[in-house]
Amino acid sequence: MKQLGYTPPTELKGISMRALIVGVVFLVLLAIGAFVDRAQFFRAYLVGFVFWSGITLGSLALLMLQHLTGGVWGLIIRRVLEASTRTLPLMVILFVPIIIGLKSLYPWTDTAFMHQTEALAQKISFLNPGFFIIRAAIYFAFWSACAGLLNWFSLLQDRTDQKRHRKRMQMVSGPGLAFLIVSITFAAIDWVMSLEPGWSSTIFGLIFVAAWSLSALSFTILVMSWLTRRAPMNEVVQRSHFHDWGNLLLALVMLWTYFAFSQYLLIWSGNLPEETAWYVARKHDGWGVIALAIVILQFAFPFLTLLSRAAKKSADRLATLALLILIMRVLDVIWLIEPAYYREHFHLSWMDIVAPIAMGGLWIATFAWQLQKRSLMPINDPQIEQALEPVHEH
Amino acid sequence: MKQGKPHKSLYGVMAQFDNPSQLVAAAKETYAAGYRQINGYSPFPIEELSEAIGFRRTALPLIVLIGGILGGLGGFFMQYWMEVIDYPINVGGKPFNSWPAFIPITFECTVLVAAFSAVLGMLALNKLPQPYHRVFNAPHFALATRDSFFLVIESKDPKFDHDEAVRFLKTLDPREVVDVEL
Repeated sequence: MKQLGYTPPTELKGISMRALIVGVVFLVLLAIGAFVDRAQFFRAYLVGFVFWSGITLGSLALLMLQHLTGGVWGLIIRRVLEASTRTLPLMVILFVPIIIGLKSLYPWTDTAFMHQTEALAQKISFLNPGFFIIRAAIYFAFWSACAGLLNWFSLLQDRTDQKRHRKRMQMVSGPGLAFLIVSITFAAIDWVMSLEPGWSSTIFGLIFVAAWSLSALSFTILVMSWLTRRAPMNEVVQRSHFHDWGNLLLALVMLWTYFAFSQYLLIWSGNLPEETAWYVARKHDGWGVIALAIVILQFAFPFLTLLSRAAKKSADRLATLALLILIMRVLDVIWLIEPAYYREHFHLSWMDIVAPIAMGGLWIATFAWQLQKRSLMPINDPQIEQALEPVHEH
Repeated sequence: MKQGKPHKSLYGVMAQFDNPSQLVAAAKETYAAGYRQINGYSPFPIEELSEAIGFRRTALPLIVLIGGILGGLGGFFMQYWMEVIDYPINVGGKPFNSWPAFIPITFECTVLVAAFSAVLGMLALNKLPQPYHRVFNAPHFALATRDSFFLVIESKDPKFDHDEAVRFLKTLDPREVVDVEL
């Protein structure tokens, strides 16, 4: 029953190469944009960065979650999640331009602006370039430590067949997941919420935790539907696994909706000008259209579709839905970031589309390169026999 | 195996298996052999089993959906009636029909009624509670709650022929095959 060596499909090498070419071509386009409109370049760059780092960190969250809960659904996607977390060094490098563009991106870099009101002046000790960079360094150090340890123990488990590695991965994942949620909350406040320093929302970080996990699971489902059509995963993955991932996708869609609506409801009920301004800027003209599209296509349609058992069990239908959610996630990030600069008029730049594609090329090139480095199944995990057993116990 | 029993006194014939994989494989073969009135019994739910015995659809999802929709509408219009028609109070200058504020309760009522529909609908469709069932006439059937897996071909199956059914079940490598009396 247990066969050694789940060698990843060789096509991954070609995909990595093609993604790199796409990434470089669009990066050149984006670089031209930097000369055309420097400020817009950084805004679009932030959109791309927030979207793709979301898949990296969402994968880290799901990886920790599956170590803690166990279950065959997680064992099968573990190598994909691990490869996603190994894009973290790339995201560290890609963060450097944000530091360079700090003055173009964040209004709190302007001290005259921050002294306009007492409320803003109080925030200077937190919102200043030095502390911003130190905090980002702490987040990245913590995330890298978690991802590094989990990937390292997983590799040791493949090589040595010792039970203690499973225990060690669980030991990292428990506290790791708790601090991951805290660190993502702070990152969301720093990178996105502080675009409007006068506005605050306490649930903002949790919206990002849910949304980034949703991105990561959608991406993973897409990868699994691709892998399932090829050896060796076509012998492992069954319809019931897609059913499990579909259920988790439904749960994350609902979790994101719950957080996002809670924020809206509280601000709507409180009806305070400094809070409602955030939504007022995001509900007129094109921003309103995007907001409606997000409600329909990132909540209502996936929610209703995922109620159907047949849709969850079909790899093709689930993958199509996952692709839709990923596209909506890009729009959602644009909707979160861009209205901070275009409060009065809707404005969508070509760079807002080019930047996520450019960064995506580099990200997927790294991901595919990392994915083909290891066996696609953790062959020495205690649960492996259960994963390969054709009948599943629920 | 008892020979020559008339079908009228039989509920069916039952095969006992040691593991879920065997049961699912046996159920698939039995279905493929043309038997339609078959049932499987196991200590825990096996998702593949219901497909294997040709159990495709139940009315339960529809019952739950209707329950959820009624619960949602009921929850919403309960609040609408209270806040707009029966006892309107001006809260912070907001419209009486403050639908965003109604959403949490609407959602809770949807879940509540859907969950009740699921439980009660499941009991009704399964004709539960049912203190007596004929399969308990089989000698080792109590093990179905512990570590054994059972497959029954019921005598109401149009293709049912006692000797043929027993012979067929024995080809599936069961631990034993027994008659289940009426």
